[in-house]
Amino acid sequence: MTTQATTVDAAALTKKYKKQSQFSEVWRRLRKNKAAMLGLAIMILLVGLALAAPLIYDYDGDVISQNIKNRLQPPSAAHPFGTDEMGREILARVIWGARTSLSIGFTAVLFALIVGGTLGAISGFYGGIVDNVIMRIMDIFLAVPGTLLAITIAAALGPSTINLIIALSISSVPGFARIVRGSVLTVRDVEYIEAAKAIGASNGRILLQHVIPNSLAPVIVHTTLNVATIILTIAGLSFLGLGISAPTPEWGAMLSSGRTYLRNASYYTMFPGLAIMTTILALNLLGDGLRDALDPRLK
Amino acid sequence: MSEDNKDLMLNIDSLYVEYRTDDAIVKALNGMSLQIRHGETHGLVGETGAGKTTTGLAIMKLIPDPPGVVVSGDIQLNYLDVQKATEKQMEHVRGSVVSMIFQDPMTSLNPVMVVEDQIAEVFEQHEKVNHAEAIKRTHEMLELVGIPAERGKEYPHQFSGGMKQRVVIAMALAGSPGLIIADEPTTALDVTIQAQVLKMMKDLKDRLGTAMLMITHDLGIVAEICDKVSVVYAGRVIEHGTLEDIFDRTRHPYTEGLFNSLPNLRDRKAMLKPIKGLMPDPANLPGGCPFHPRCNYVMDICSTERAPRVYRTEEHYVACHLYNADNIQQGGMIQRD
Amino acid sequence: MWKYIGRRILALIPVIVGVTLLVYFIMSLAPGDPVKTILGEQATPEAIESLREEMGLNDPIIVQYVRWFGKLLQGDLGLSYKSKDSVSMEIASRIPTTLKLSFSAMTIAILFAIPLGIIAAVKQNSIIDGASMFLALLGVSIPIFWLGLLLILLFSLRLGLLPSAGAQSWKSFILPGIALGFHSMASIARITRSSMLEVIRQDYTRTARAKGLPYRDVIQKHALRNALIPTVTVVGLQMGALLSGSVLTETVFSLPGIGRYMIQSISGRDIPAVLGCIVVFTLTFSVVNLIVDLLYGFIDPRIRAQYS
Repeated sequence: MTTQATTVDAAALTKKYKKQSQFSEVWRRLRKNKAAMLGLAIMILLVGLALAAPLIYDYDGDVISQNIKNRLQPPSAAHPFGTDEMGREILARVIWGARTSLSIGFTAVLFALIVGGTLGAISGFYGGIVDNVIMRIMDIFLAVPGTLLAITIAAALGPSTINLIIALSISSVPGFARIVRGSVLTVRDVEYIEAAKAIGASNGRILLQHVIPNSLAPVIVHTTLNVATIILTIAGLSFLGLGISAPTPEWGAMLSSGRTYLRNASYYTMFPGLAIMTTILALNLLGDGLRDALDPRLK
Repeated sequence: MSEDNKDLMLNIDSLYVEYRTDDAIVKALNGMSLQIRHGETHGLVGETGAGKTTTGLAIMKLIPDPPGVVVSGDIQLNYLDVQKATEKQMEHVRGSVVSMIFQDPMTSLNPVMVVEDQIAEVFEQHEKVNHAEAIKRTHEMLELVGIPAERGKEYPHQFSGGMKQRVVIAMALAGSPGLIIADEPTTALDVTIQAQVLKMMKDLKDRLGTAMLMITHDLGIVAEICDKVSVVYAGRVIEHGTLEDIFDRTRHPYTEGLFNSLPNLRDRKAMLKPIKGLMPDPANLPGGCPFHPRCNYVMDICSTERAPRVYRTEEHYVACHLYNADNIQQGGMIQRD
Repeated sequence: MWKYIGRRILALIPVIVGVTLLVYFIMSLAPGDPVKTILGEQATPEAIESLREEMGLNDPIIVQYVRWFGKLLQGDLGLSYKSKDSVSMEIASRIPTTLKLSFSAMTIAILFAIPLGIIAAVKQNSIIDGASMFLALLGVSIPIFWLGLLLILLFSLRLGLLPSAGAQSWKSFILPGIALGFHSMASIARITRSSMLEVIRQDYTRTARAKGLPYRDVIQKHALRNALIPTVTVVGLQMGALLSGSVLTETVFSLPGIGRYMIQSISGRDIPAVLGCIVVFTLTFSVVNLIVDLLYGFIDPRIRAQYS
């Protein structure tokens, strides 16, 4: 009973100070979560590396130009991660690979978020036939299992960066539409929205000022975790030869070439794989932490 | 007192319980003391957050840990020292010596199990009978609480709220416990159903001679079925006595406040006089008597010292600085009636 | 109940039409002329034109789709551009491999995930909980193909214990099963843990303990079945992930399954074959989802009540 009483108090307090302190409250809870902070730190480091890549290694000189004399050198002081079958520095390609994966990943998520979010918001807010049509179409997309949709689109469009972004975005749209629709539905009928309607606020205004801000929490969590899925898919598609093509540095493509030298140059497959795993791990830690911080009830 | 203890079903002595989270330490019970004799119905009255449910869970040794911690104090349940009892001993005790009816019948039953199996478990667990025998006894139990035996094959979602609470009551009675803890058993029900369920509980209790701890915030329920009443505030009993003591010879300002918050049916023009302020945050209790910020009779001493018990009779006592051995008898310190 | 199943199967029809239309349309965007793929670059314009006409490629796309869908209903997925054999037969001969792979992966996943999730929840915040959840986090973060390569490196190349390629015996499915199942294992363990934690906090779990049931029985008899409902959802979703993952796993371990056939067909621009593979995967996924929905009713009587 006592614990209940405190949650009630807490709820009342949160309501009272919602506007000013919601963000700082979430941040306070997130900061307490060591795993999430580790994830955030890794992501900041990775984004930093990706941005600083041109300062560390020259793209034309170090990343794509071949140097057959130096091929398949194991890790040493001169070649920290070793060299690949073309004599290129693996460290340089891993760092530039972060640039590739992160930029494509974030771009694709942004597109998916905008398109899927809009569709979901419209669907949830207007309901009825609009909702029905949009969601049935989304269902059809969702009926294709996971990354298979991305594989299909990538296969049809052929390998190129733009096509890859299109394939990844499209396959993420239904997920965003569903999440946004769901959270819009849960806030649509609460009293303050009815109050806003009662005082004659327009639909667009209600959508922008009330519905969207209040459905942010699940969207933020889904976005974070979706970046992870997309980066994993980029690597998978490239591994299959359907994503980024040579000589652009990409982790999955590097694994695909390193595979041939698995027996004698296992370091070649080690570092790109570790890079993918670290990125996904960091995003998952951050996503889980955000979920707990945004909705402590789910903890 | 020590001779009296022999016919005590339950004796709680200055129990302190805290819920410790990262954010705060919530002091749920602060010196809770309670005695219940065999066959007696004892009302535990107070506002939400006063520590009533925690008291019930403490007796069952079911306080969720973490975050709940029993800091100190003593619980004697029919000679068993609950604090020292092993989990094995408690498994034997729960359901057969003491059982608990929880507040919300909607969520108290397992949604994926037919109700008769849920009741039959009590017989299987405590009387070591086979399933067929347990089901037979369950059907008798269901009839006893006014549910046709054949409905035992149904799932909880097929029952109404009142019917669910009857199932929960049947479950609580199945092990013929010496004490039933009823935690706001009718709060979640419709008013008409409340009366039915309450009457049934009273009849069954009288028939079976079970003692009961009735946890409630409803003085009407207390008047209906309780022999003794303890009024709790911030995790401690502040006034205790027989039903007549509490209703007719009220001493504590908080108890007075509870009565004044009730509408008066005989004089509908009379103003409600609710207690001012809110229940204090149990994570941040005021010093001294925790009621002092809301009390109409507050004195300097109230904010610094906790009031000791002053006994009016062997049973009736009050923990309030207004009283001493001389003035407790005549009363008149507060304005009730 | 039967009525419900019937209704669900009927509801599947528009989804299947929609999905096949979607996939057919996407694949028709593929660059390159299939006729040239078949006849080679040196073919004469007349030969190309007559084959185009013969294959119906001059008809509007929707007509082509209807014709293709009509054949699909009879189980005919058309002829492979490359081998000129029936795609249905090509796929059918590869089904056992993919089935064995998915089955071993799912078995490994469920067998480890559910006990792990339960123990982690019951012993919340203990070392076991920490270790299982770290393992689970690793599982959702590690790419299947990289895990596959690591397993080959350790168990085939270094230790020489298990085969790294091919589908000769049950041994050939151990490493692929682990590589493919690890991710699902991790997801299922995580959801089992969190739903178990949720259920442990429920009032009815407390009621069961208040009856005097030993904690073990409370978990096994009361909590588990309630906790399984979200778990079943995730198992269903993971079947989709397994199907996509089988494409990568079969490529890494050179398993002659549908996934590898699809990738080979993609690089050979063999559109009927690619289309056939996707359709088979998608239909399987739809059927699995239907089974999952029916399983809910089996577990939860409240959902069963809605069926009738």
